[in-house]
Amino acid sequence: MSGAEPVPSAIPSAVPARSAASAAPAADDVIHDIGFRHYDGQRFGRGWVVRSLLVETVRGVFGLGRPARAKAMPWALIGILLIPPLIIALSILLTGGDQLPVSYTQYPSSMSLVIALFVAGAAPYCVSRDLRHGVMPLYLSRPMKRSDYVFAKFAGLSISLFAVLALADTLLLVGALLTKLPVGDQLAGWAGGMVTSAVLAVLLGGIGLVIAAFTTRRGLGVAAIITALMVVSGIVAMLVAVADQKGYPTVASYLHVLDPFSLVDGFVTRLLGVDAANGSTYPPAPLGAVVFGLVIVGAIGACLGILVRRYRKVGVV
Amino acid sequence: MDHRAALGRAQDGASPVPSVVAEDLTRTFGPVTALSQLSVEMPEGVVGLVGANGAGKSTLIKILLGLLPPTSGRARMLGMDAATEGLAIRQIVGYMPESDCLPTDVSATEFVVHLARMSGLPSAVARERTADTLRHVGLYEERYRSIGGYSTGMKQRVKLAQALVHDPKLVLLDEPTNGLDPAGRDEMLGLIQRISSDFAISVVVTSHLLGELERIADHIVVIEAGVLQRSTSTADATQLSGVLLVEVTDGAPELVARLRAAGAQVADDGGAHTFTVELAGEWVLDAVQDGAADLGVGLVRMQRRRHHLTEIFRPEQEGGHVRS
Repeated sequence: MSGAEPVPSAIPSAVPARSAASAAPAADDVIHDIGFRHYDGQRFGRGWVVRSLLVETVRGVFGLGRPARAKAMPWALIGILLIPPLIIALSILLTGGDQLPVSYTQYPSSMSLVIALFVAGAAPYCVSRDLRHGVMPLYLSRPMKRSDYVFAKFAGLSISLFAVLALADTLLLVGALLTKLPVGDQLAGWAGGMVTSAVLAVLLGGIGLVIAAFTTRRGLGVAAIITALMVVSGIVAMLVAVADQKGYPTVASYLHVLDPFSLVDGFVTRLLGVDAANGSTYPPAPLGAVVFGLVIVGAIGACLGILVRRYRKVGVV
Repeated sequence: MDHRAALGRAQDGASPVPSVVAEDLTRTFGPVTALSQLSVEMPEGVVGLVGANGAGKSTLIKILLGLLPPTSGRARMLGMDAATEGLAIRQIVGYMPESDCLPTDVSATEFVVHLARMSGLPSAVARERTADTLRHVGLYEERYRSIGGYSTGMKQRVKLAQALVHDPKLVLLDEPTNGLDPAGRDEMLGLIQRISSDFAISVVVTSHLLGELERIADHIVVIEAGVLQRSTSTADATQLSGVLLVEVTDGAPELVARLRAAGAQVADDGGAHTFTVELAGEWVLDAVQDGAADLGVGLVRMQRRRHHLTEIFRPEQEGGHVRS
């Protein structure tokens, strides 16, 4: 205690310019090593952990918190996805049409290439990066389960995809409303678009993650996802055409389940009774909706199952 | 200093609360047996887990974290069952893996904040503790740069920081000195010692080098091919060496004569200013000190010559020095 006595008197003499009142701020100049501080506050459980990972995934998909070059690709594709709605709105405004040239449910299918590219960029970021750099042990040594990681990544990617698709559809709605198209019809169509976006987002998210989880090398996953989504689309379109020509229209209509985009489009078309994208013919209403719906559910379930299986041994042996 | 530390450690080593208990732990991978009927207790403080590559150290750590179910046997960590209470264990335990585990395109700050949240910390606390922890492990301005540009030493510090950021009760460090140069090794070992002494966090640290762990560990566990070879407190192991190296500025023979008169066993009059004395008890230290003071000679050093732990594992010396 007494050792502290000389200090206040020493400060004014050493620093004459300072007033006596500056004795307290002078004490602040000292860097105190307060040592390691312990934490006795709240520790959240799995719910918070999964939520945090999900939020981190969504942020990362859009390049937030990552270097500038990670932001370029997603935002360029989002830009491309948002330009057509603007042009459509402008064209209706100028030419005075009475309906949108492309419906809300058709829009995702007509932009399938851009959407496939977006998935191809996002899915490898979500899972391949952690596998490639061996980050999994760090996650697994935290209060969460393997399936929590899979669920958070799946949900994160699906929500990101839905946000992008929904944003494009919503811009289409804004354009339609600005051009004074009937509000009720447009809102109904937009709601259908939201359903399409949600189903497509979950399905593409699952497929993208499965491919990415098995292709940990940089670039390989991107290529594999583009190939899977676009080449499969092309092959299915070809098969459908061949089946149609050979006189098997029923077979042709069911072949659409093999392509994720037409699978979702067929399901929505038959469920909501809207026009099909690309003039495709799908199986008739009740049966078509049920079969396509079951295939979608089965495909999403299979993706989840494969992912959980894939992660069962990661980080342990 | 040295002998006081050794005595202090002897008390720590006798600590009644083991932080890790393994009972008959066996784990096989197909035909390979990674751990075979391993029963061991690890006290608080720094525990060194020593074994060659493939001895089963990492398997043991994964079982303790509740990530790998044992084929048979039980493991308890901080009083919790590893097989059933993995989530609760992982909330208050930190783990630094042996392998590379850092993504390259984020900064240390962002990554550690993220992992702090993944340990259950609220966001604001996660940010605050990340800044603190990175400073404690010695990462300053560079923590805002992408990890891709870090040196091995800096990466090891980030790996250590993520294991400490949520203020665990115990950290498991798997080969933390791997890939470091000698200076980096020393710094890392110093840091590990501080985790136990200054941060009051128990440490289980693995290495295939016994020599580097004997400097910092309070307790050493040696496993080989999944079988426990030895579990011993370093204080116990080195206490009985009982030889004190004394160096004085002058008047060594006079001091030796005084000590002999007092009944001490002075051995090895090798150098002009140095000699060694058998450390029969605390009184010998006092006698050296008092003798030097009375004779007016400067005491340069009093160093307790500890046995190297490697000596423990020589079969012919086992009975003599270790387990008496």
